[in-house]
Amino acid sequence: MKKDYVIATFLDDEKLLHSTEKIVSKNVKIYDIYTPFPVHGLDEAMGIKRSFLPYITLLAGLTGMILALSFQMWVFNISWPINIGGKPFMSIPSFLPITFEFTVLIGAHTTVGAFLAFNKLFPGKKPVIIDPAQTEDKFIMAIDKDDTNLDDITALLKEGGAVEVRVQNIDLSI
Amino acid sequence: MSDAHVSKFRQPLVTEDRSYKQISEDILDTLEAPPTKGWLIGFSLSLLILTIGTIVILYQVSTGIGTWGLNKTVGWSWDITNFVFWVGIGHAGTLISAILLIFRQRWRTGINRAAEAMTIFAVACAGLFPLIHAGRPWLLYWVFPYPNTRGPLWVNFHSPLLWDVVAISTYLTVSLVFWYMGLLPDLASVRDRTKSKFRKTIYGIASFGWNGSTRTWHHFEVLSLILAGLATPLVLSVHTIVSFDFATSIVPGWHTTIFPPYFVAGAIFSGFAMVCTLMILTRKIMNWENYITVNHIDAMCKVICLTGSMVGLAYGTEFFMAWYSGNPYEQYAFTNRAFGPYWWAYWSMITCNVVSPQFFWFKKLRRNMAFVFVISIFVNIGMWFERFVIITTSLHRDYLPSSWVMYSPTWVEIWTFIGTFGLFFTLFFLFIRFLPGIAVAEVKSVYRFARGNK
Repeated sequence: MKKDYVIATFLDDEKLLHSTEKIVSKNVKIYDIYTPFPVHGLDEAMGIKRSFLPYITLLAGLTGMILALSFQMWVFNISWPINIGGKPFMSIPSFLPITFEFTVLIGAHTTVGAFLAFNKLFPGKKPVIIDPAQTEDKFIMAIDKDDTNLDDITALLKEGGAVEVRVQNIDLSI
Repeated sequence: MSDAHVSKFRQPLVTEDRSYKQISEDILDTLEAPPTKGWLIGFSLSLLILTIGTIVILYQVSTGIGTWGLNKTVGWSWDITNFVFWVGIGHAGTLISAILLIFRQRWRTGINRAAEAMTIFAVACAGLFPLIHAGRPWLLYWVFPYPNTRGPLWVNFHSPLLWDVVAISTYLTVSLVFWYMGLLPDLASVRDRTKSKFRKTIYGIASFGWNGSTRTWHHFEVLSLILAGLATPLVLSVHTIVSFDFATSIVPGWHTTIFPPYFVAGAIFSGFAMVCTLMILTRKIMNWENYITVNHIDAMCKVICLTGSMVGLAYGTEFFMAWYSGNPYEQYAFTNRAFGPYWWAYWSMITCNVVSPQFFWFKKLRRNMAFVFVISIFVNIGMWFERFVIITTSLHRDYLPSSWVMYSPTWVEIWTFIGTFGLFFTLFFLFIRFLPGIAVAEVKSVYRFARGNK
C-alpha cells in the first residue's frame, strides 16, 4: 500500500543516533531506518521490541533433541534390537552425539527459516530501496507522514543533522 | 557508540582513514574490475590440478579402491589422514566467526568472511574422502536411517562412523547458512552499486531483497549470536566425534581419553595456520592490507603459538601415559612411533608442530609476513603428518607379528590428495572473485573503533 513518508537522509551514524533519540523522546513514531550496517544502539533508541528468535531456537532445538533421542531409542529397543558386541540396547551415552548434532541442526535451520520468513526475505524478492546508497554509506529515516506534523519534524530532523528531508509516496510495507 | 573514543592502547582496526563509501569501493570494486594477472594464474593452476584430481577420482571409482596402497593390516591410511586434515582446517573459520563473536573480538570482522568460506571449502574437500572410500559413492544414502524394504533395518547408532556422518553434515550445512546470512547485506550492497544489468539481476536474486531496515538488522544480529552460540559447541563436538572414530576402538595408540581435546586443539592449530597462509596471499593479491592488517596476522600467530604448545603437551602426555599405564602394547605403539620404521614421520611432526610455532613468542617474527607464511606452511605439513603418524603407525604393527607390514601410497592416493587442493583453491579463487571477500557491513560497523568521531 503506497503511503506518504517523510524521508530524511543522514550521512553520519552518530548524528543519526542522537537525532533518533530526540525524535522518539518527542513521541514521534519512526517507521524504519535503513542503514548500510547495524548501528549499535539504534534498535533500542527506536524502541524495537526484543527479537523473539531465541524462543524459536529453543523450541526447535528441543524438538530436534526429543526426535533424535526417541528415534534412536525406538530403533534399538522396539523396531529392530541388534546385539552389537554385547552392548546394552538402551545405551543412552552412545545416542548422545547424534542427539546433540540433531538439536543443533534443527535449531539452526529453523531459526534461519524463521528469520527469513518474518523479515520477508527470499531469493529474487524485489527490494524496497529509497536511495541506492542506503546499502553503502547513507542512512535513511522514514516516518509516516500521518504520524507527525511535517514542519515540526523537518525542523527537528534538520537540526539533528539530516542533509535532506523530503516527502515520498512509496510502499515500504512489503 | 561506546567504542568510538580515541584509545591510548588500542589501534584502529582499519589502519588508514577511509569514508564508508571508500570502504565499499576498496572491497567491492574488485568484483566488477577485470580479473588481475595474479588471480588468473592462481585460478588456472588450481583448475588444472582440480581437473587432474577429478580424472584420478573417476579412475579409482570405476576401477575400485584396490588402486590404493592399503593392505590387510593397514586398512585406513591416506584417505582418513586427508579427511581429518581437511576437517581440522575448517575449524578455524568457525572459531573466528562464532567463538570470537561471542567473545566480542572485533578484529574478527576483517577476516571472518574469508575464514568461513575456507571452512566450507575445507569441509567439502574432507567429505570427498569417505565418499570415495565407500567404493560405491552412489549408495552413500545408505548411511541415512530411511525407511527401507530390508526390515526396515536401521543404521547402527552406536557407531562413531555414523556419528561422524551426522556431525559433518550438520557442520557443513550450519556453516553454510551462517556464512550466507552474513553475506546478504554485502550482496545487497553489490546489487545497489553495480551499473551492469546482469550483475544487478544475479546479485538481486542472491541478496533476498535485503534493504538494510533496522528492524531486520535487529533480528539479524540476534540471529548471528544464536548461530554463533550453536556453532561454538558444534565445532568442538565435530572434532571430538572425529577423534571418537579412533578413541572408541581398542587399537593401541588410539584408545585414549586425551583424543577429543587433543584433536580439537590440533584442528584449531592447523586451521589458523591455513587462514594465515590464505590471508597473507589474499591481502597481497587483492590490495586489502588496510583491512587484513599485520595486527590480524599477529593475533592469529598468538593462537597458533598457544594451540601448538597445547598439541606439544598432548604429545608428551600420550608418551607419559603409555609408560605410566604399564600396558606393554601401548608402550610398544609409542616407542614404535618415535623410533620405529616411521620415525621420520614422527620427527617431522614434532619439528613442524612443536618447534616451529615457538618462534611466535617473538613479536618481530609474528609481524614478518614472509616468515609467518613459511611457518604456516610448516604447521600444515606437520598437522598432516600428525594424522598420518596416529593412523598408519598405530595400524602397521598388528598384535600378530606375522602381519606386520609397511604402507606406502600409490600415485592414485597422492593425486587424489593433491586434487583436493585444486578443489579448495579453485573454490577460494572463485569466492574472492565473485563474492565480497571481506564482510563490508561488519567492517564499517567497527570502523570507528579506537579512532574517534572522524
